[in-house]
Amino acid sequence: MAHVDTYIKDFARFETRVAKSTPVWLRDIRKTAIDRFAAVGFPATKDEKWRFTRVRPLLGHDFRLAEGYQREALLPLQLDELCMDDRGCRRLTFVNGHFAEDLSDTGSLPAGVRIGSLRSFMETDPEPVQRCLSRYADSRKNPFVALNTAHIYDGAFVHIPKGTRLEEPIHLLYVTRSNGNPVVSHPRTLIIADEDTRASIVESYVGFDSDTYFTNAVTEIVVKARAEIDHCKLQRESDSAYHIATVQAQIGRDSRYKTDSVSLGGSLVRNDINTILGDEGIDCTVNGLYLANGHQHVDNHTVIEHTNPRGLSRELYKGILGGRAKAVFNGRIHVHPQAQKTDAKQTNRCILLSDDAQVNTNPQLEIYADDVKCTHGAAVGQIDGDAVFYLRSRGIDKASARQMLVFAFANEVLENLRIDRVREHLTADLRRWLSEARGVGEEG
Amino acid sequence: MNMLEIRDLHVSVEDKEILKGVDLKVDAGEVHAIMGPNGSGKSTLAQVIAGRDTFEVTKGDILYKGESILDKSPEERACEGIFLAFQYPVEIPGVRNSYFLKSALNSKRKYRGEDEIDAMDFLALIKKKMEMLEIKKSFMERPVNEGFSGGEKKRNEILQMAVLDPMLAVLDETDSGLDIDALKIVSSGVNALRGPDRAIVVVTHYQRLLNYIVPDVVHVLLDGRIVKTGDRTLALELEDKGYADVQNGTAKK
Repeated sequence: MAHVDTYIKDFARFETRVAKSTPVWLRDIRKTAIDRFAAVGFPATKDEKWRFTRVRPLLGHDFRLAEGYQREALLPLQLDELCMDDRGCRRLTFVNGHFAEDLSDTGSLPAGVRIGSLRSFMETDPEPVQRCLSRYADSRKNPFVALNTAHIYDGAFVHIPKGTRLEEPIHLLYVTRSNGNPVVSHPRTLIIADEDTRASIVESYVGFDSDTYFTNAVTEIVVKARAEIDHCKLQRESDSAYHIATVQAQIGRDSRYKTDSVSLGGSLVRNDINTILGDEGIDCTVNGLYLANGHQHVDNHTVIEHTNPRGLSRELYKGILGGRAKAVFNGRIHVHPQAQKTDAKQTNRCILLSDDAQVNTNPQLEIYADDVKCTHGAAVGQIDGDAVFYLRSRGIDKASARQMLVFAFANEVLENLRIDRVREHLTADLRRWLSEARGVGEEG
Repeated sequence: MNMLEIRDLHVSVEDKEILKGVDLKVDAGEVHAIMGPNGSGKSTLAQVIAGRDTFEVTKGDILYKGESILDKSPEERACEGIFLAFQYPVEIPGVRNSYFLKSALNSKRKYRGEDEIDAMDFLALIKKKMEMLEIKKSFMERPVNEGFSGGEKKRNEILQMAVLDPMLAVLDETDSGLDIDALKIVSSGVNALRGPDRAIVVVTHYQRLLNYIVPDVVHVLLDGRIVKTGDRTLALELEDKGYADVQNGTAKK
């Protein structure tokens, strides 16, 4: 357990360093979380939720917490190519977990909207943060959530007050740059959308070629009654990065919530997307796309909790795996006894581009109500040979035919993205990925 | 000019011989019909001409305009002017018909060293062809063949053929699944392509289609061999007497 000890020692140093700026309530949250982490440590594969994902490679690195934001860390690298075109959007940028004011834009917003660094809100306007922070993401259920919670220091805070509608998406950009010293960051995001709001929020996690680092992110989203919220999490970390993240959403009455999780980068990636339909009449969509090649490992665990009547959930996850990539999809839909008239549909499809790529897919439906409609389907396959021949017989060369088919497969997730600029950005990303990935043009 | 020549063609799938020495010669300007019962090897022959690699040519040759095409990929054959209308057109979810058709046309143009077609010219071209085949405009925005009725799929094949403008068209059971109205439309689309520079091979089980696409030559394929060749009256004879008679005829020989 030496590695757990290392993290705990680092925590103690961190705690001392930031003690002055830490309110008592936050100190308590951190304390409970670190105690939890100390008690359980990192998950082992004997833990059912981590059965197919070994975190051991993560423990082989000596990651250090970055102490503050340094602009120089990024120079002369450009962020533009790594993320969507966010001109006209409000943007919060974080570098190695720390708020980078000079790379952010929080100008002109409707009255009452709070967007900014979690840390500064905790100092100047703590009430709305204190009310929700760490109330939803459960340290007891996931040691990485505990580790993140213990290190809550900075991150993004978005609060959209009742009745407010935001036209442009809010962009939360988390950049990591290790410069040869592997860093760990625990970005924390708290999003609160009050009654009758409409907004879209995009989280981007990006890094630079072959940088080794560890991002351990937790996002809490609270959606109140009759709100319409679109959330996207775009993961394009460096190919040597570790990315472990939880998105915990609590959805209110008659609201509409859509979350998309798109995973392209990282060497070891784990996404937990937990969505709780906490009231009646909710319409929720949980979609995802994962592209992995080489030795990448991508694990998506989703949970949709139908706790109340008349909930609708749609879930579509698609994966494309080449090389020796491995993926895990575990989709749990839990229909509680009182959640009558639930309508839930889950689909997971995966294309394997090579003989060595591998996917473990596991739909889990637990239904305790009797008047419900629930379906699920999972399929793993290769590029359809008949379709390839059909396209080739029309003059389209083999590589283009295969690319066209894989693109179309993934595009089912992209074309349903409601935020235009995210869709455009990801479409370009997908095309680039397909043109570079081995096994797309030719059989792997 | 000799458009297609097949010499002693032997084709196997997983060590099972399907074609056992097929000889066939089709000249430009001609329409040939290949008739035969299920399992005689008709579809295999059609697909092998188009370059399907799940079939193995163990002996013989296929010549297109006097040159062997066995070493050519399906896309090269298509770009050089060979077209196969599929018996079972493949559904391709997520790829729009218009995008597919444009990609196909541009592949062919690129192969010939031509520029990509201008978007307006493309629209004008397909509009004309679609009217001829009585295809609705919305058709082009739908994913290729997905959710199409049998008749729509076949019309889509003929639309592709009309746009790609092949020199040699092979129609594999294009009449199956068509009602009489659709059959007439599809046939007129095929007949529009008839001309002195082109050749058409119609593969069919029934003679019905040949009332509309009148062949110059009719061949009977049985158990992987062409056992009889004649003019269009042979098709009528088959309709009348069935394949069994021809089969018995060969057995007696």
